[in-house]
Order: sequence, then C-alpha cells, then structure tokens
Amino acid sequence: MEAVLFGITAVLALAGGVGVVAARQPVHSALALLLVLLSLAVDYLLLAAQFIAALQVIVYAGAIVVLFVFIIMLLHTRSGEGPRAGAGLPRAGAGVLCGLFGLALLALAAGVRETAPPPAPGFGTIQDVGRALFGRYLLPFEAASALLLIGMVGAVALGKRLRPAGDPSPGRPQAPPAGGPARAR
Amino acid sequence: MLSGYAPVLVHLVLAVLLAAAVLGLHMLVGGRRPTVEKVLPYESGVWPIGSARERVPVRYYLVAMLFILFDVEIVFVYPWAVLVRELGARGIGEMFTFLALLAIGYLYLLKRRALEWE
Amino acid sequence: MTWADLSLIAPELALAAAACAALLQDAWATGPALESRSRGPAAAWIALGGVCAALLLLGVRPAGAAQVGFAGMYVRDGITRVVDLAALAAAGLGVMLSPPYLERFRLPAGEYHALLLLSTAGAMLMGASRNLVLLFLGLEMLSFPLYVLAALARRSRRSQEAGLKYLLLGAFATAFFVYGVALVYGASGTADLSRLGRAPDVPLLHAGVAFLVIGLGFEAALVPFHAWAPDVYEGAPMPATAFMSVIAKVGAFAGLLRLFPQALPQLAPAWGQMLAAIAVATMILGNLAALAQSNVKRLLAYSGVAHAGYILIGIASGGPAGSSAVLYYLLVYVAMNLGAFGVLLLLERRGEEADRVEDLAGLLGRAPWAAVVLAACMVSLAGLPPTAGFIAKLYLFRAALQDHRVALALVGALTSVVSVYYYLRVASVALSAGAADAVAVRHSRFAGVGLALAAAGVLWLGIVPGAITALVQQAVQALR
Repeated sequence: MEAVLFGITAVLALAGGVGVVAARQPVHSALALLLVLLSLAVDYLLLAAQFIAALQVIVYAGAIVVLFVFIIMLLHTRSGEGPRAGAGLPRAGAGVLCGLFGLALLALAAGVRETAPPPAPGFGTIQDVGRALFGRYLLPFEAASALLLIGMVGAVALGKRLRPAGDPSPGRPQAPPAGGPARAR
Repeated sequence: MLSGYAPVLVHLVLAVLLAAAVLGLHMLVGGRRPTVEKVLPYESGVWPIGSARERVPVRYYLVAMLFILFDVEIVFVYPWAVLVRELGARGIGEMFTFLALLAIGYLYLLKRRALEWE
Repeated sequence: MTWADLSLIAPELALAAAACAALLQDAWATGPALESRSRGPAAAWIALGGVCAALLLLGVRPAGAAQVGFAGMYVRDGITRVVDLAALAAAGLGVMLSPPYLERFRLPAGEYHALLLLSTAGAMLMGASRNLVLLFLGLEMLSFPLYVLAALARRSRRSQEAGLKYLLLGAFATAFFVYGVALVYGASGTADLSRLGRAPDVPLLHAGVAFLVIGLGFEAALVPFHAWAPDVYEGAPMPATAFMSVIAKVGAFAGLLRLFPQALPQLAPAWGQMLAAIAVATMILGNLAALAQSNVKRLLAYSGVAHAGYILIGIASGGPAGSSAVLYYLLVYVAMNLGAFGVLLLLERRGEEADRVEDLAGLLGRAPWAAVVLAACMVSLAGLPPTAGFIAKLYLFRAALQDHRVALALVGALTSVVSVYYYLRVASVALSAGAADAVAVRHSRFAGVGLALAAAGVLWLGIVPGAITALVQQAVQALR
C-alpha cells in the first residue's frame, strides 16, 4: 500500500518537476510546482512526518505558490514578450545531466539494504517536532529568526521604492534603468 | 498509520469529482451560441477602459514578501503553542527571544514605512 | 538553554545586538528614505562597537579545553576561536573601510551594517558547528546578507544583476548542501559531526559529502563552482565586494575544516585526492584567468578563486599541520585582501568606482601611504617575503609536503610565481609616476585607521608570526 502510494506520488512529483521546467506558460509552471509540492506532502506523510506534511501544504502550497501565481498574473507577459526559444544544446545537456544524476541516485539507493525501523510512537507529531525544536535544535531555531530578520531587511533594501532622481550611483553604466527592480515606481 | 488520512483522500476525490461534474455538465447540457456582443470583454456592464494587462507596481511584491516572512514565523509558533505548558517558563523565554528579533524587524519596517502603500 | 550556553555564543549575541541597534538607529534617523543625504556615521560606530564587544568577549574567555553547548550543537574550541577572530577582523575592517563610500553613493548604512554583522555571525556559527543542521543555518546566515549586499546599489543595474546572479546560483548551491545533509543523515543516522567519524563507509555517505562540498565550494569559489565570482565581485558595490570576498571564504573553509579533518578522518584517503584535484584546478584556473584582467575588482575576484585553491591545499592535506595552515591563511587573507580593497575604496573616478588598473596610476604622488599599503598587500597576495602571504603559503606547502603531496605543493609554488606578475603589475602602476586625471582620492580618517590596521596585520604576521602561529597550532591540538 505504502509502496504503491509512494510510486504514484514519486511519478507525480517527477512529472510536476518536468512540467515546471518545460511549460511555456509561467502559470503552468506554477501549477506544476504545486503538483510537486503536494506530492512531496504525501511523501512526508509516508515518512510519518505529519506536521511537516501539513506545513508543506500550508506554507508552500498555500502561501508561496499562491504568491507565485499572483505575481505571474500581475506581471502579464505582454504578447511577444514570451521566453526566447531555448537553445537545443543546453537543454539536451541538462537532460543528459539529469539522467546521469538520477542513475547515480538509483545506484546509491540500490546499495542501501537496511530497512528503516518503524518510527517511534508519536514521531512526527507537532509535539514531537516542538520538543526537538525547543530542545536539541534550539540554536538553529533562534538562528532562523535572524534569517527572517535578514529577509525583512533584504526585502526593504531591495524592494522599497526609491525617489526618482538622477543621482550619482556606483557601478559603471549610467544608462537609465528601464524598469526592472532598479526603478520602483 | 495512513488509514487515518482516508477521509482526506475521500474529500480530495469528492472535490475533484464535483469540479469535473460541474464543468462536464456545463459542457454537455449548456447551450453555447456566441454572438459578437457576448464575447466582447466587459467591465461592470460598460465598455472596458484601457487594457486589463496593467503591470502592478513593485510595492505589491514588497508586501507579499513580508507576508511570506511573517507566515513562516507563525509556523514556528504552532508547535510552541501546543507545548507551551510543558515547556514552561523556559519555553516562553525561548519563544520571546525568537519573537524579539522579529519585533525589531517589525519596528524597522514601521520606521521605514515599508508597510504603507505610498 | 542555560547561562553557560548563552555565554558560549556571547560574541555572536553581541554582533546580533549591534546589528539590530544599527538597523533601528538608521531607520529612526532617516525614516522612510533609503538614500538619505543627512546620514551620520552613527550606524558605523554602533557596528564597530559590536565588533569590539565581540572581540572583547572572545578575548576574556580563557583559551582552554573545548566547551560544547546547546545539546551538542555548538562547540567553542581553538578552531572556533581563530575563525571568530578572522570573521571579526573581516567585519571590523569592513565597517571601517566603507563609510566614505556609503556616504558618497548614499547607500543605506543601517541595512549595510546590520547585514554585514549578521553575515559575520553566520560565519562564526559555521566555525562553531558540531552539527550539520547548525552548519546549514550558519551557511544561510552567511550567504543571505551577501546576496542583499551585492544588490544594495539600487540604481546600478550591474549591482542588481550581481545580486540576482549570486542569489540564484547561491540558492542552487545551498540546495545541494541541504540534499547532502539529508544523504549523510541517511547513510549514518546522525547529523552530529562528532559521530560521523564512526559512520559506515558506504557510497551514500560519499554522495552526501560530495553535495556538501558543492555547497561549501560555491561559497569559497572553488573551481568548478567559481563562475559567479567575477561577475558578482565586479557588479556589487565595492564595500560589499571587499567584505564578501573574505567572509565567504572564512565561513566556507571553517565549514570544510569542521567537515573533513575533524568529522570525517576516515574519508581522508579518498577525499584527499579529490580535494587535491579541485585545489590544483582552482589554483591554475584562478591564476591564469587573473592574468588577463584589466578591472581590479575582477582581478581580485580571480585572485580570490586562486587563493581558495591555496587554502584547499591545507584541507586536502588534513592533519594538524594542514588545519593550522588553513586557519593562519584565513587570518592573513582577511588582512591583505581587505587592505587592497580598502585602498580602492578611497578612489573615485567621476562619481563612479575607480576599478580599472590604470586608475591607480600616480597614486604614490597623491596618497603615498595608500599606495604603499596597496603595494604591501599586493606583495603579500603574491606570497613574497617579508609579508604575511609568504609565511602563510609556506605553512600550506609544508603541510602538503608532510602529507607527501609533492605535486600539490609544486603546483601551488608554480602558480604563485605566475601570480607575481599580475599582482606586481597593479603595485607598479600604483607606484609609477603618471597620473589618472579623472581619479580623485577621498581621504577619511575612519578608513585610514582601517587601512593602517590591515597593513599592520600584513606586516606583523609576516615578520613576527610567532604569536599567531602558536595560536593556530594550539587550536588544532585536539586533531592529533
């Protein structure tokens, strides 16, 4: 049962991953990403990590992909502004590399003979994660808040609008930035 | 172990079936007689003004980014909220250390007026 | 969390507190304007205070046996001490050298200093990691501020491009690192570095370690993960370039030290060869590419790649000799690289960065001290006596020879000879007569003190290396 379920989610996740890269419409990429994330959520359940599975759905599927979809919707690639046709060679190269990578992983996985012991009762519950987070992993947990602070500073420093002005700026080319993150309106 | 999630699966299947049924029924029995007026874009019953394909200014993304950051922060609060009795005073200290750094970030956002729609 | 745990991370806490203070001070002083004109040096003073407090807290702690805290996550031992010293030196010099530049280009000082200090704390956490999870968090804390710093010059498209490139490639490399942590955990059943030594030698472990090397090698700019360095170094605002060029190496090599000689000695036969091959490729490519550069930032970027190769010699050789050589080199590299960037930061060409080699022409006539400091740093980067770079390379090559890696030492010596050409070209332009008319020299007492400190470090470590040598040798005693 679990093996079957894993097989299904694995195929779905891989298909989604290919879809993210191959889709021509950005919205389709985002939806394929959603498929990947949801498949992984089921995989987390199979690993008895139920809290992580719930977070995967809430944060990734619920917030991040929704944000992606909104951004794609609001950015509107104008007609004729689509992605340039990809060069064949890099694409083929990427395919070959991914294939080799997958084969190497398969070979590695084949070498692992041990079966994992069944998880301890209560493993993966929110209490269990909490005890680890506020016990053994306290320092990484507190470091995570510093990371979030860095994220806020970065978002403001790079995303807040600047007063339009032709002031001197570092770097060479002084061509007026035509859109892009450099000129927030 | 996974049997506990059977209702979720049933729910999922039902949702997919319902959506498929509504769309399918519409395709099967709904009439479709397009006329020029019907397929024109409209806006509250009047002629549309300008293009709908307006780009949204970058401040939207700033707000969205900050939303994600606080969303991730909340995720860390869930397990703490469940365990707050068990962890006791120590847990409160740990969580408020975590929140203090984010509160400083919040003060910073307020002072930089990053949360205002200028 | 106990008070003992808290006292262990006191230097990091001091940096975090100073970062918050600098951030809030600047936000309060300038309000919503990121590019305020009326920005005093307060944020820089706060940051400097934080660095000094951290140094003080580091100094008052007796250098003794290793202390472990946070349920085995964090270790404060001799290696932590030297890595902290290198990271704090990078932060201190980075703070002192940048105010004139920040003022001139009106970069947000609060954000700059807060990010710089948090990045430093990240590197220090990496140096103190006893667990792969903390190592990962440290890597994130180190690299995330660097992505933002690279893009901090909002009106420069180059800077925006640099930030985007760094972020995308860095995120990619970090993903490899996380995957490596997962594989190592899968192979050994533990993320605790002190227990990895007993892990079975299975292919899965090797695969995991390979991914960890990719993640750390990216930050250190080892070949073949170096491609981002020239573009990011060139595009980022120069104080950010200067700081990231040293702090990323300190953090990444601290991580590699924790990983290879310390946690995984059983993999030394296999991985020594692998790392030696990477080191050879990095030294050759970095030095050859640097020969062709006319932009000083790009030249120093390739020079940074080359130096990553030299430092990797110590990791590949392993053992106490190799590890102590790595620690010594990191200290020296901080001083000489920031000294070189510090001089460039004083210059300005028509409202822009003076980042071409010819912009340095006639520096001796206009700012003799700066020219002399630049020349000293270049001589040190080339590895010539009587500077610190010479001693540092000597230790590395000696470690390689002790480990019977003659080829590694030979390639290192030969590429150093090649590097003499491009470093001394810069030095000779700076010391030549001529004059670059468009280039102005901005004097600043703050930056002057920083330059003096960097130059003093380069000469002191080169002429009387005894004290620091004792420190790094004491640091690696536990490895025996």
